[in-house]
Amino acid sequence: MLIYTLKRALLGLLVALTVSILTFGLLHLSSDPAVTLAGEDATEEDIQQIRVNYGFDKPLPVQYWVWLTKALQGDLGTSFYFGVPVSQLLAERLPVTLTLGICSLFFAIMFAVPLGVLAAMRPNTWLDRVCLTLAVSAQAMPSFWFGLMLIVLFCLWFPLLPVSGSDTWQHFVMPVIVVGTYAMPAIMRLTRTGMLDVLATDYIRTARAKGLRPRTVLLKHALRNAVIPVIAVIGVQAGYMLGGSVIVETIFALNGVGLLAYESIIYFDLACMEAVVLLLCLVFITTTFAADILNAWLDPRIRIK
Amino acid sequence: MMIQNGILKAIPGDEEITEPTPGQIMRSRALRHWGLMIGGTVLGIILILALLAPIIAPHDPYTQSLSDRLQPPVWDTGGSLKHVLGTDQVGRDYLSRLLYGAQISLMIGFATVLISGFIGVSLGVMAGYFGGRVDMFINYLITVRLSIPGVLLALAVVQLIGGSLPVVITVLGFMLWVRFAVVIRSATMQIRNMDYIKAARAAGCSSLRMIITQILPNVLNQFVVIATLEAAHAILLEAALSFLGIGVQPPLPSWGLMINEGKDYMFFKPYLISIPGIALFCLVLSINLVGDGVRDVTAPENRN
Repeated sequence: MLIYTLKRALLGLLVALTVSILTFGLLHLSSDPAVTLAGEDATEEDIQQIRVNYGFDKPLPVQYWVWLTKALQGDLGTSFYFGVPVSQLLAERLPVTLTLGICSLFFAIMFAVPLGVLAAMRPNTWLDRVCLTLAVSAQAMPSFWFGLMLIVLFCLWFPLLPVSGSDTWQHFVMPVIVVGTYAMPAIMRLTRTGMLDVLATDYIRTARAKGLRPRTVLLKHALRNAVIPVIAVIGVQAGYMLGGSVIVETIFALNGVGLLAYESIIYFDLACMEAVVLLLCLVFITTTFAADILNAWLDPRIRIK
Repeated sequence: MMIQNGILKAIPGDEEITEPTPGQIMRSRALRHWGLMIGGTVLGIILILALLAPIIAPHDPYTQSLSDRLQPPVWDTGGSLKHVLGTDQVGRDYLSRLLYGAQISLMIGFATVLISGFIGVSLGVMAGYFGGRVDMFINYLITVRLSIPGVLLALAVVQLIGGSLPVVITVLGFMLWVRFAVVIRSATMQIRNMDYIKAARAAGCSSLRMIITQILPNVLNQFVVIATLEAAHAILLEAALSFLGIGVQPPLPSWGLMINEGKDYMFFKPYLISIPGIALFCLVLSINLVGDGVRDVTAPENRN
């Protein structure tokens, strides 16, 4: 177990390093940051001055090295647009996004797992079809459009919720519904598949033959084993949800990292963009790492492989 | 033996019963598959409408008319048959824009899958066929790509380069290859140990020839399934990018862009966002239904 954990952690670090190199390179090569920063009326001298000031005149590997050594010490640079240290911005905004992510995950699990179990209990019946149709429809719905529709519903027709902002819990209701719905289909499908596989095994037949109550068989014997693959996908989904939060937070003006990402992209704030991409990548690596370790702990077959 | 013969003989016309060919089985399965039939029909209609847009669109999608701005659709009070789905904030006919928008969405889906499919299949086949270090390296690439917050990086790159249709297609194409690689890799691994591959190798096939003539035809149905899923994914992402104003640029009638332009008026004219949204939903749903259907029909064992 320890060796497995260490190996997995090392891989995570390596991946994080590669992603940071790729992101840095891609963002710096996509445009000339000095020209963008200088604005439209800038002369050639101004641009040259900015290049020297911000270090854009040095070769890219050198720039990356400087950025990395500073980043490892917690200094992610200063935001061009906001004029404050990027790390401070991230610290301010992260709690909102984490709240949104965790609540959405709970919301998704609360509906997706029971629906998946229900569908697996009666496979290929109308109940199963309804659940699958719901999953397919939820998958096809553009999340930004769903968000706008919720605004029309809850702010115009039934004025119950505030349109935008992030001050009270009411502000989180609609974003949580949107992000949660986005994550639901994958979790539901996997719960259903896992349950179907487990329900066909010998030990479930034994448990039933012993005369255990159907409920005990279903919840204690079947579900416990069926959720193992679900945990892995929840780890991945959690990462996707954070990435997708840029759209949802922009619609609802929820003041989190996603909105920060949008603002930094709109205003060409390179330092901020890099930091957000790196942060989300680290969060993704951490959640998948946690899911893998949890999986290995639950299912010894995985560690040995 | 006797009894068996007796029973067999009891079935009238026994001699004429022939085994249905795989093609026939598949066709009958496809015709009985509701999702595939509905999805295929809707997708077909959208495809035809998009192709015929220049002929059937009642107006030019770019002509503005300030006196006609924000006309409601025909079922609303004040709507007229002149603009069946109404007009937008600068008086452009909404139906015409919707029809031309279908062209953009379909093109995004198709062109993106062309790029991402090529990258993903090449990597997947190489990893599955050669195994060992090649597999390890490609697996690492897959892990790295999965760890990059895709939407965010796509937004950033498109914004930095400058949004336009080719840029969006290229960025999405280089982003969405990962599922192709994962699925084709495991499919190739299964095929690699088949007897016909060993036979081809014994006959002296080169690796390249083996991949092209033996492996690629056998991973084709998996490819089609992933291609539909990723095309739908690409269409949704383009709409999201354009909605955020960092994708296809005005005045192109991209559905995401139409929702973006309509959102300032959504409290007074909800149809401005509901119509393109429903169109987007139908298109993506029909593509997904076709993909699921193709998987059920060609490989029912992968259904769950």
